[in-house]
Amino acid sequence: MADVIQQQVQTATISGHHEVDYLSDGNGIKDWLYTVDHKRIGIMYLILVLTAFLAGGLLAMAIRLELLTPARTIMDAETYNRVFTLHGAIMVFLFIIPSIPAALGNFVLPLMLGAKDVAFPRLNLASFYIYVLGACMMLGAILTGGVDTGWTFYTPYSTSTSGSVALTTMGVFVLGFSSIFTGINFIATIHKMRAPGMGWFEMPLFVWGMYSTAVIQVLATPVLGITMVLLVLERAFGIGIFDPRIGGDPVLFQHFFWFYSHPAVYIMILPGMAIISEVIPTFSHRTIFGYRGIAFSSVAIALVSFIVWGHHMFTSGQSQLINGVFSFLTFIVGIPSGIKVFNWVATMYQGRITLKAPMLFAISFLLLFTIGGLTGLFLGSLSVDIHLHDTYFVVAHFHYVMMGGTVIAFLAGLHYWWPKMFGRMYNEKLAALSCALIFVGFNVTFLTQFVLGSRGMPRRYYNYLDQFQPLHQFSTFGSWILGLGFFIMLGYLLASLRGPKNAPADPWGGTTMEWQALSPPITHNFSGTPVLTRAPYDYRNVPQGVDK
Amino acid sequence: MNEWLRATLPVAASEHAKDVDFFYIFLFYLSLFFFVIIGGLAVYFPIKYRLKPGEKRRSSHITDNFFLEMLWTVVPSLLTFVLFVWGFNTYVASFTVPNDAMEIHVRGRKWNWTFEYPDGMAGGGKLYVPLNKPIKLIMDSEDVLHAFFIPAMRIKQDVIPGRYVYMTFTPNLAGEFQIFCAEYCGKDHSGMLATLVVMTDAQYETFKTEGPPEYKQMNPVEIGTTIYKSRGCQSCHSLDGTRGDGPSFKGIWGKTEQFADGSSGVVDENYVRQSVLEPQAKVVKGFEPIMPTFQGSLRPVEINGIIAFIKSQKQ
Repeated sequence: MADVIQQQVQTATISGHHEVDYLSDGNGIKDWLYTVDHKRIGIMYLILVLTAFLAGGLLAMAIRLELLTPARTIMDAETYNRVFTLHGAIMVFLFIIPSIPAALGNFVLPLMLGAKDVAFPRLNLASFYIYVLGACMMLGAILTGGVDTGWTFYTPYSTSTSGSVALTTMGVFVLGFSSIFTGINFIATIHKMRAPGMGWFEMPLFVWGMYSTAVIQVLATPVLGITMVLLVLERAFGIGIFDPRIGGDPVLFQHFFWFYSHPAVYIMILPGMAIISEVIPTFSHRTIFGYRGIAFSSVAIALVSFIVWGHHMFTSGQSQLINGVFSFLTFIVGIPSGIKVFNWVATMYQGRITLKAPMLFAISFLLLFTIGGLTGLFLGSLSVDIHLHDTYFVVAHFHYVMMGGTVIAFLAGLHYWWPKMFGRMYNEKLAALSCALIFVGFNVTFLTQFVLGSRGMPRRYYNYLDQFQPLHQFSTFGSWILGLGFFIMLGYLLASLRGPKNAPADPWGGTTMEWQALSPPITHNFSGTPVLTRAPYDYRNVPQGVDK
Repeated sequence: MNEWLRATLPVAASEHAKDVDFFYIFLFYLSLFFFVIIGGLAVYFPIKYRLKPGEKRRSSHITDNFFLEMLWTVVPSLLTFVLFVWGFNTYVASFTVPNDAMEIHVRGRKWNWTFEYPDGMAGGGKLYVPLNKPIKLIMDSEDVLHAFFIPAMRIKQDVIPGRYVYMTFTPNLAGEFQIFCAEYCGKDHSGMLATLVVMTDAQYETFKTEGPPEYKQMNPVEIGTTIYKSRGCQSCHSLDGTRGDGPSFKGIWGKTEQFADGSSGVVDENYVRQSVLEPQAKVVKGFEPIMPTFQGSLRPVEINGIIAFIKSQKQ
């Protein structure tokens, strides 16, 4: 690593731009493609995950449009099955998992620690290119026939259906390494590269969240890799591990799959929680309430998340005792999330609150994530889950957590660090409008789906009974509001890039170290090594003038 | 409010369904209570503590509060423990089979359900059960995963190839109830439906001897068509002349066939009836003797239906 930085210093010195901001520090294509600067890698990740989000979002709009009427609306059943599979796979593997850690985290984590870069900059770039390779494999799978298994690839359907299952699962396998590399990098960076004076409990809570996420990424992702390889071997050679006709057990696949994919739910939500832990204190201009509670609950979630996978399998035929154990553990994993929510709300008490766009998204997060969490009580309770399992209730629940939670938090973070990343402010009024449209559209779309599910509408249905049509139509209507909200956001964010670099170093009055760097930061982040002089979120000595 | 909430659930056709609904409604109010507190404060605080234009004010420096943090750790823990015990008990009860349960075999395949009753009769698409009688469904799948979901009973179970699973219910309401496949199984997953028909004892006795009530509105050819499609005839006997594992039905009626034992005979009422009940007796030459017997699993009216159906398959 040292040689890399040395090399950069020389380049910078030779070209005479010692303090040039990272965006202007060489704009040839090679300056970007060969960069080891965590900020540039973060931006490249950001562009790709946003593209994936756009693609996954358009597929979601197509799904909702198809469900406007029973039977055929715009596509046939086989296309529909491919579209919802692709929507799930893109959103999970190409968007949500890398969104906060690899895009935003890559950018701000070293800045927050007062470091010049992550611990292994080349590994970081490798992670990016592995992501690109995995994405290309999935794109190849789409072009060669697509996949109709659902993003969960359940056997024996996935071993018997036609389509590009092998290429897709290998794509997921490759993407897993990208995630592992990011995780390794963050763990090493957090352990070894904190600024002088920054102990573990002086770290911003975002860092605690990233640390917990990284632990899961490193420990759980290999299991997904193994599962995907076994699935491909089963398809190609009939090794008989999942196929009951040759002595395999199809339910074993579900155990393997969810052993990764349940912790992966926390790979998705912990970074969202981490962002909220930054945004709420900053815009309340107040210290966080219960720092240790929030920090330890992230770690607790990361640990317990490994032993709750069986709640995805309550109807799979596993024993009643096992179902009981997983139900119990599922309730336990809910407690730390509850603690965080209470702490965030308490942080606003007697604050000095400014309702800028990131804060609006954070409040939106609190409301939506709370609904997502509380509806989890229905699904954790065994007898009620048996009725709701695999219905739209579950679809609504995980969208409240994944989209109402993680995606909204990602948007909060994107708006929070946008000035830091690009040195430019965006249109606040349009941001508020977009936030409101997304909030309303989201609830119209997904609150409706709780009712659909309670009434018995199963998920992954191309056609449905006439009695469900009014609710489906209402939900589809909501998706249009949601789409409009995102469309406006795309507009004002792109427009902001055309404006002058007008963002101050600390536009929101934040106390964490990234706000000491310039906006956008110089290539080496800080001039000299920054020293921690106060704990994060300590507003006692911050001049609290008017409206910052 | 409770009536409105019940409208978000399907009709409840068993005691267990009512128990689940009660629990569901309790969970709804519990969630509402917490949502009002958390959501209320999440909206109230930003309004109450919003910095007004021109205002100069400092925020409080409150880093933690042991009592509060214990409160919102311990109370939710206790509450969720109650939920766990409640959910687990009602779940175990709902999978505990009463001793006098009537056993019905359920088979899932892409994309339909078939049912085999204790007396050997079988049928597809509609599951007929007597009112107030505990039912045990013993289920397996022929191909991929499916899930048998009866919303009115609030129960669901994945159906797995190569393994028997079961579920049980005791219907306490007569009527027709929807059955869904709830585990994704491919192209026609959403068409893999069936109907649960809960009948009075008298109706069920009639069903056992005379078949499903809708037979009364059907002519023999229609009954035969239903049997042809639901009992597996179509997998070997084509209607378009294509050679399958058995002779095609196209134009077979009245034909003189050579049999494997060297004899020959005309395809008429008696031949069809014998072939259904004793399929190995006269196998058409060139075909393997692989057809299973339907002795005891087809009612007379259904055999007449098959005869009429084959008669209708003209050259």
